[in-house]
Amino acid sequence: MKIKRSGWSLPYFIFLLLFVALPLVLIAVYALQDSSGRFTLDNIGRFFSDSDALSTFALSLEVAVENTLICLLLGYPAAWILANRKYNRSTVTIILFILPMWINALMRTLATAELFNMLGVELGKGTLLYGMAYDYLPFMVYPIYNILQKIDPSYAEAAEDLGATPSKVFLKVTLPLSMPGVISGVMMVFMPTVSTFAISEFLTNSKIKLFGTIIQENINSSMWNYGAALSLIMLVIIGITSLFDNKSSAAAQEGVI
Amino acid sequence: MTKKILAKAYVWVLLLLLYAPLLFIAIFSFTESRVLGNWTGFSVKLYENLFCAKMQGSSTLLSAVENTLLIAVIAAMLATILGTVAAIGIFNLKGRKRQTMNLLNSIPMVNPDIITGVSLFLLFVFLHISQGFVTVILAHVTFCTPYVVLSVMPRLSQMNPNIYEAALDLGATPAQALRKVMVPNLRPGMVSGFILSFTMSLDDFVVTFFTRGTIGLDTLSTYIYTDARKGGLTPELRPLMTLIFLIILILLIVINVRQTKTQKKKV
Amino acid sequence: MENYIIDLQHLSKSFGDKKVLHDINIKVRKGEFVTLLGPSGCGKTTILRLIAGFLAPDEGKILLDGKDIVELPPYQRPLNTVFQRYALFPHLDVYDNIAFGLKLKNVPQKDIDAKVRKVLRLVNMEDYEERDVDSLSGGQQQRVAIARALVNQPKVLLLDEPLAALDLKMRKDMQIELKEMHEKLGITFIYVTHDQEEALTLSDTIVVLNEGRIQQIGTPADIYNEPVNSFVADFIGDSNILDGTMVCDRRVRFIDEEFNCVDEGFGENTPVEVVVRPEDVNIKKDIQKGLFFGTITSCTFKGVYYQLFLNTDKGYELMAHDYRKFEVGDLVGINILPENIQVMKKERTCNAFDATVLDSTHLEMLDGEFECLPTEIAPGTKVRAEVAFDKIDILDHQEEGSAAGQVYSIIYKGDHYHLTVLTDKRKHIYVNTNDVWDKRDLVGVRIEPKDIKIVEINED
Repeated sequence: MKIKRSGWSLPYFIFLLLFVALPLVLIAVYALQDSSGRFTLDNIGRFFSDSDALSTFALSLEVAVENTLICLLLGYPAAWILANRKYNRSTVTIILFILPMWINALMRTLATAELFNMLGVELGKGTLLYGMAYDYLPFMVYPIYNILQKIDPSYAEAAEDLGATPSKVFLKVTLPLSMPGVISGVMMVFMPTVSTFAISEFLTNSKIKLFGTIIQENINSSMWNYGAALSLIMLVIIGITSLFDNKSSAAAQEGVI
Repeated sequence: MTKKILAKAYVWVLLLLLYAPLLFIAIFSFTESRVLGNWTGFSVKLYENLFCAKMQGSSTLLSAVENTLLIAVIAAMLATILGTVAAIGIFNLKGRKRQTMNLLNSIPMVNPDIITGVSLFLLFVFLHISQGFVTVILAHVTFCTPYVVLSVMPRLSQMNPNIYEAALDLGATPAQALRKVMVPNLRPGMVSGFILSFTMSLDDFVVTFFTRGTIGLDTLSTYIYTDARKGGLTPELRPLMTLIFLIILILLIVINVRQTKTQKKKV
Repeated sequence: MENYIIDLQHLSKSFGDKKVLHDINIKVRKGEFVTLLGPSGCGKTTILRLIAGFLAPDEGKILLDGKDIVELPPYQRPLNTVFQRYALFPHLDVYDNIAFGLKLKNVPQKDIDAKVRKVLRLVNMEDYEERDVDSLSGGQQQRVAIARALVNQPKVLLLDEPLAALDLKMRKDMQIELKEMHEKLGITFIYVTHDQEEALTLSDTIVVLNEGRIQQIGTPADIYNEPVNSFVADFIGDSNILDGTMVCDRRVRFIDEEFNCVDEGFGENTPVEVVVRPEDVNIKKDIQKGLFFGTITSCTFKGVYYQLFLNTDKGYELMAHDYRKFEVGDLVGINILPENIQVMKKERTCNAFDATVLDSTHLEMLDGEFECLPTEIAPGTKVRAEVAFDKIDILDHQEEGSAAGQVYSIIYKGDHYHLTVLTDKRKHIYVNTNDVWDKRDLVGVRIEPKDIKIVEINED
């Protein structure tokens, strides 16, 4: 029998159904069950009546938004400079930027925390934001850089030709054209920060608890149904954020190596 | 001119901040102190300990390193094979089916680690599969394969669509056509997919944490996590991290130099 | 004194150690349609980018209405460019692309509306204002790019191969539209192309460039009928380019025949090159009516005429165009009128390489080492090495020769090919050969020791 090449996607399709689709369905199933397997909305209701959980949730969102903004404000100029031939001609600097992504994130985070300890800085929200920015900055710089250096230089030339000063060229052409990279960078920073757990413990000496930590604690103490409900809530947040994404992230992440 | 200096300075200050903790670890890997940040004189004792297994618990650290590497190699290999075959399949799909596959393929990339971890944990619980080495590998294959598909796909679209037919026309069986024509052409994409998978598997903490079960399986990440929670890091991690950093640095430099060389040749 | 809107004076430009423009002087009158024509890499786009301000010249002046604008940034120059691949902003629609320049100048919204609408009508693109530029065809994008430039009422419109990305039919239509637009608007156009036919159709003046040097400036008719050298003759239209000798004034000898011609002042027995356009090779069915005779070797229908190849009785090949059909093997008479013979000074009669003596039997030249006959000139001395065109061997593989290069141009001269081979460092080797080569072939170069003539250079 002849197998068409389109049929080669079948094994992966089954794999995806089993290891991606089914597990996501299971989150919803467990979230809507009690421990004896009966349908219930109690788990969801418990979250909305638990003020601790709600405030942790709010704090997680707040920290994620702040961290994303910090990374964007610090990372965009860096990406722009790296992509600009006038300032940077070697690829070594961009490699230096993404190199830390290859080092174990926990280790880097611990080292940052210890560095603060040695310098006598008290661990808290400030150090948390610093450490997160430190961990995720490369994820912001790289996609923006990637898009910026792919923008055909003739767009900037055309703008200049039509009378735009360098600052106008940036505002009216370069910045809008780099938006896919910005969106991708925002996603790559926001998604992991909103769900992080170990990093926040290390950087605040467990003073600040984020949403991820609560999920982990519930799962680890066998409160699967409530843990699943919390995960489901996070999934909804992620789903909403993903709507802003479109195809931009795939384009920006091309050739991460 | 001043603009140029300012721009360069900005980039280098950021880089300095990025590398400060890494330098910090590297420097303190050359002292014996058990507490990071306390300099008790130059020593390579920690390096000796790391390799001579004299320290207490070094066997668990080394076996964690071993597990990490083994899992990364196996998961990356499986992901590369699965992802390459899948990419060829998806590339030949049309319309709805292709969109569906692309959507499914993007889910593990968009999902935060914790969702992937929790959902796979629930899957294994649901299917009554006892968790350990195999489940960790399956989990890693799950989040690595999409990246392989994405690395191989551009090679497929660059490839002349007729070369597979040309091989068949010249008398190759489909298997031979795959091995002798498709794979050599897809190799750069497969290699970058493999490397990407390998590094993501090495770096993973969250997914491993949820799928490793309770049999005491440790990778480097989970070892560090447990270690740090117990209070104070095993000092031998410092030389280990320094060495890993150096290896990666050298690898990246070698790859980059070779790339620029081949690019220059083409010009 | 005449006023020129653009006056390029002694422009030169290098990229790294590669000099891409040598002493460029071009004057453009107001309202003129000037085309910069040449093969890729000849420097035509560089000149355009110098005028637009994206590059700065190493030397020379760019006068606009008599004022030097070299120091002005592009956004302060009253010129606009139509880019090669259009460079339409993908994040803006047609309207915003065209209004881009006007908005920057803070033109009132009402005026912008009116101007955009007017220019869209000019390029036949009404009703496209809100379209996404990515949804437009190549030809439509082209029109928007022209509109975007024209709406700013530039003093000079610069066009960088604007039609290169279009298919043949579209290109022909756009040529006519561009010509009409130019006549209607009276704006000066400076147009870059490598398509000689396009240049002949559109231009008032053509500037032919090769390897960063101006070869000839003239009207299309001048360039076609009176090319100044074999490069121009070969580049513009079909032609027979032949080696010849000026016997005396008004008398030239080539393809082993003597002809009357109209050229004077070359001196007696001077080597020259002769150009005869194929439509000027007159074929007589009655061989008695020809000055000499030949045999038809091929006859191909080209739509309006037949393209013929003939072998003359003396063994030279000629190309001819004729409205009549001939059979292969027909014996015909051939005639060429004196006014259709274009005689050109020969630029060189042999190769002259810069060389350095290495030892008594070796020279260093063309980035390689060559054996030569024993010489008594001291090692290290700089000399000139002269080699006849037909004494250079071209080899299949670069490694086989003493020097290596790439075939840059090929001109067929009736009974042999005249090649220009460029070494990696862009040194020129001129070769006559009977072998067939293709452009861009990588070749080795070998010269027999006895064929290298060493000439001492007098320092004073």
